Amino acid sequence: IHFVLLISRQGKVRLTKWYSTYSKKERSKVLRELSGVILTRGPRLCNFVEWRGLKVVYKRYASLYFCMCMDPDGNELEILEIIHHYVEVLDRYFGSVCELDLIYNFHKAYYILDEILISGELQESSKRTVVRSVAAQDSLVEAAKEETGSTISNIIALAAK
Amino acid sequence: MGSQGGFYQSKEFLDLVKSIGEARSKAEEDRIVLNEIETLKRRISEPDIPKRKMKEYIIRLVYIEMLGHDASFGYIHAVKMTHDDSLLVKRTGYLAVTLFLNEDHDLIILIVNTIQKDLKSDNYLVVCAALNAVCKLINEETIPAVLPQVMELLAHPKEAVRKKAIMALHRFYQKSPSSVSHLVSNFRKRLCDNDPGVMGATLCPLFELIARDVNSYKDLVISFVSILKQVAERRLSKAYDYHQMPAPFIQIKLLKILALLGSGDKQASENMYTVVGDIFRKCDSSSNIGNAVLYECICCVSSIYPNPKLLESAADVISRFLKSDSHNLKYMGIDALGRLIKISPEIAEQHQLAVIDCLEDPDDTLKRKTFELLYKMTKSTNVEVIVDRMIDYMISINDNHYKTEIASRCVELAEQFAPSNQWFIQTMNRVFEHAGDLVNIKVAHNLMRLIAEGFGEDDDNADTKLRSSAVESYLRILGEPKLPSVFLQVICWVLGEYGTADGMFSASDITGKLCDVAEAYSNDETVKAYATTALMKIYAFEIAARRKVDMLPECQSLMEELLASHSTDLQQRAYELQAVIGLDAHAVACIMPSDASCEDIEVDRDLSFLNDYIQEAIEKGAQPYIPESERSGMLNISNFRNQDHHEASSHGLRFEAYELPKPAVQSRIPQTLIASTEIVPVPEPMYPRESYQTTMPSIPSDAGSAELKLRLEGVQKKWGRSTYTPATSTSNSTSQKTVNGTSQGDGASTVSSMRETYDSRKPQVEVSHEKQKLAASLFGGSSKTEKRPATGHKAAKASSHVVEKSHVPKSSLEVASEKAAPAQQPPDLLDLGEPTATSTALQLDPFKQLEGLLDATEVASAVNGAPAASRSPDIMALYADTAAGIHNKNDADLLSGLSNPSVTNMPGTTAMPQVTQSSSKGPNPKDSLEKDALVRQMGVNPSSQNPNLFKDLLG
Repeated sequence: IHFVLLISRQGKVRLTKWYSTYSKKERSKVLRELSGVILTRGPRLCNFVEWRGLKVVYKRYASLYFCMCMDPDGNELEILEIIHHYVEVLDRYFGSVCELDLIYNFHKAYYILDEILISGELQESSKRTVVRSVAAQDSLVEAAKEETGSTISNIIALAAK
Repeated sequence: MGSQGGFYQSKEFLDLVKSIGEARSKAEEDRIVLNEIETLKRRISEPDIPKRKMKEYIIRLVYIEMLGHDASFGYIHAVKMTHDDSLLVKRTGYLAVTLFLNEDHDLIILIVNTIQKDLKSDNYLVVCAALNAVCKLINEETIPAVLPQVMELLAHPKEAVRKKAIMALHRFYQKSPSSVSHLVSNFRKRLCDNDPGVMGATLCPLFELIARDVNSYKDLVISFVSILKQVAERRLSKAYDYHQMPAPFIQIKLLKILALLGSGDKQASENMYTVVGDIFRKCDSSSNIGNAVLYECICCVSSIYPNPKLLESAADVISRFLKSDSHNLKYMGIDALGRLIKISPEIAEQHQLAVIDCLEDPDDTLKRKTFELLYKMTKSTNVEVIVDRMIDYMISINDNHYKTEIASRCVELAEQFAPSNQWFIQTMNRVFEHAGDLVNIKVAHNLMRLIAEGFGEDDDNADTKLRSSAVESYLRILGEPKLPSVFLQVICWVLGEYGTADGMFSASDITGKLCDVAEAYSNDETVKAYATTALMKIYAFEIAARRKVDMLPECQSLMEELLASHSTDLQQRAYELQAVIGLDAHAVACIMPSDASCEDIEVDRDLSFLNDYIQEAIEKGAQPYIPESERSGMLNISNFRNQDHHEASSHGLRFEAYELPKPAVQSRIPQTLIASTEIVPVPEPMYPRESYQTTMPSIPSDAGSAELKLRLEGVQKKWGRSTYTPATSTSNSTSQKTVNGTSQGDGASTVSSMRETYDSRKPQVEVSHEKQKLAASLFGGSSKTEKRPATGHKAAKASSHVVEKSHVPKSSLEVASEKAAPAQQPPDLLDLGEPTATSTALQLDPFKQLEGLLDATEVASAVNGAPAASRSPDIMALYADTAAGIHNKNDADLLSGLSNPSVTNMPGTTAMPQVTQSSSKGPNPKDSLEKDALVRQMGVNPSSQNPNLFKDLLG
């Protein structure tokens, strides 16, 4: 997989992740061209677009398009299911995910993507494992926060004494 | 978990996201973002920002960057964040750097140290975050810095860490295989990991390793098969189920690996048959993922050693895909069909209807995929319809990228399978007309060659007919506006060669059209050049046929324009044209023989025909030729040379003062010539090849004309490029013209440059002799008979060159030698296009030498005080002599070639070519049987519902 894009129906970018090297210029060109191609495709057409010798697999969830770009000899249906896999994990993590979740917590969407794909390859296909490892990170973060919070209160308490 | 907003996001950030979300236009969005960038720039560099605040800034930077704006000012802060102790902050830092930085960014070096430290951390989450960054950021140079730690992590107790370590190692392998080549055995070990996640991740690198080197992993076939079997039997934990399928992603990966391992290996494939058959049966075809696995099974089946039962299951699945309503499945079905017809072509037959449906589908992607399928199943029987369809589609689309691809496919199919030349030319015309600027120039050359060489049958009549039909169609097409340049070049060339050949069109018709072309496309110099040369050919043929030549007024004005053209190439062609018109019929026929574009031209590199003349000159007391290497030591000449070289090498301004002209020391040069040498910067650097210098000593003695000529040359040197392109010879010939005024000298010199265009083939001919030898020694005599194609078209299949039969033995040998020495380019026999490109390689033509010779004779006669009038017949005689000499030489070569079995250029000479022909050509019972069988396989049987529709397409 060369890159992952999340584009809203209005053509707004919600998330981009590049696994192959693209310069800034190329990136914006890719975004422009692909959103032009994909957003104009009607319903009931197939979810694959051949583009510059590569294939882009996209899937629409509500008003959000998930696109992944892959090599021409890959398995399109598999990529389609990887997209779906990602969406299911997001759903499980956020609890019935909606576009706003992704808009405001896009960094979390990145963390989850990092657990599913590494350098363009599927690393974990078990939803439970992904959610667990993301949750572990989160809980640790929470714990760390509480800790700092309590040390501060300790300090305050000490100071008050 | 709060779905909107986070715990630690300030109102500011929420407002930003919101306002961007509400932005009506791109411009408004940009303005907001630019504002934000300003704010962040200011804030982020403030001292003592609390960590939490900083984290939010970084996330805002990520957001900006995601929207396509430049947030590079904050990169360094993101890097700083990775140094932080708190995982909370560190994680954000790592996320930001992986999104911001490419692997070759300068800041990477600042992170490597942190990564090293984090990889050793006790907290596995820290390690995971670091490994994520490793995958993205570590480049070839920094691999050694983290490699030991990553290796240690392969045995980490946490499976999440092992998994990421494997992926990191895989990434290293992708980046620099050599750096981790000694560690690949670790992948094998991890394949047996207890955790299915780790095992699944290990399949990614193994797939890549196997794709590069299948043979060293054959031993793993059994393991892979047993893993796949266990997975299919649901032995993995439920967590890996996906839509009721047991670990489908792992299955797909395994099937991909098996396809690689089983390809062309019967023994390995036999191990796989059972498990693949099981999966075919068990797969749930109602879900998407089930179909994905099924598709992968088909890919696997079509790649491994074929098994009839599996092929049958695959065909069933394909028909289910094609019948489905879902476009996705249709698409996959078409793709799978394309894979399977390579093995069992007959299955296409049952799916004709579905394929036609897909071809008519409004979905562009599906259409393209179907064309791809058609491309794969093209045969000589259905090529016409398929290519027709392709061209229609090509015309209808705007996407240049795909247009180029489909155009080249059309050309390829047409070259391979064309049923007739007529059709081929028509098809090429259409391709050129609509995508002319997108196709390779080679294609145009092939087309010209085909027209020139004909079908390869011995039937001259057919060739003539072909040519006149081509001429006719081109004259018609010229009426259309805006033709692509490449196409115009072809048209001009063909009209020039064959426009008047059949007598249907008069010279004035054709020349009129050519002038129109040159006028209408006056911005395109290449087209103009082609048109001019075509005009010259037409006039030359007219003169040679001893018809009266009337130049059309528009042609005359065109020539006047070209004579003053800025392009030296055009100028030269115009002068050549002018010169040719001034010559008599005999000379013209020698220079521009009709329909001789396919003849080889022999060049006598040693100039042996001049030996007598030189001998004579030496006896008369002329200085013998001294090779350049010996001369270069001499003071005065090297002086000149230095100067020349100086001017030649530095195109820029010269800042030091020019030297004063030194009086030449006349030791080397005959006494009579001193006067001229002083002014003449020895012309020798103009002519790079030694062979020219055979006549060197006599040139400067061209005292009378030298002065004027010299000045022109000086101009050329100062302002023009001092490479040895025909441009130099142009200026040379023109200058001579102005000086001498004798048409003969003029003619000869123009002949020389004009001949150059033809000569471009010459060195290649010699190369191919070399190649022939090589091929003959490598493949022996037998290779020739095997490779000998039946017709020109079939030859094209092998080398993608359309080759006439008389050239066939050579070309087939070329094919052979191409294989032997792939580095050598196949000589493009017809590449007579830009003389600037080609003729730089060959400054050796006899006519150029002749030009020098002419000078010499002139001088000689001048010195002798003989009347100038007596000159011309001499020169002509000389010219004729040499021309004849060349022809003789040619013949002699051919004859000698006969004794050499690899050269059979003479038509119908020995028995051998005929023998070889009959073994491979046309009406051969075996061939025709095979062909018939193929046709039947592809063809329509009465069983189909609408045979008429598909007869041509599939049958």
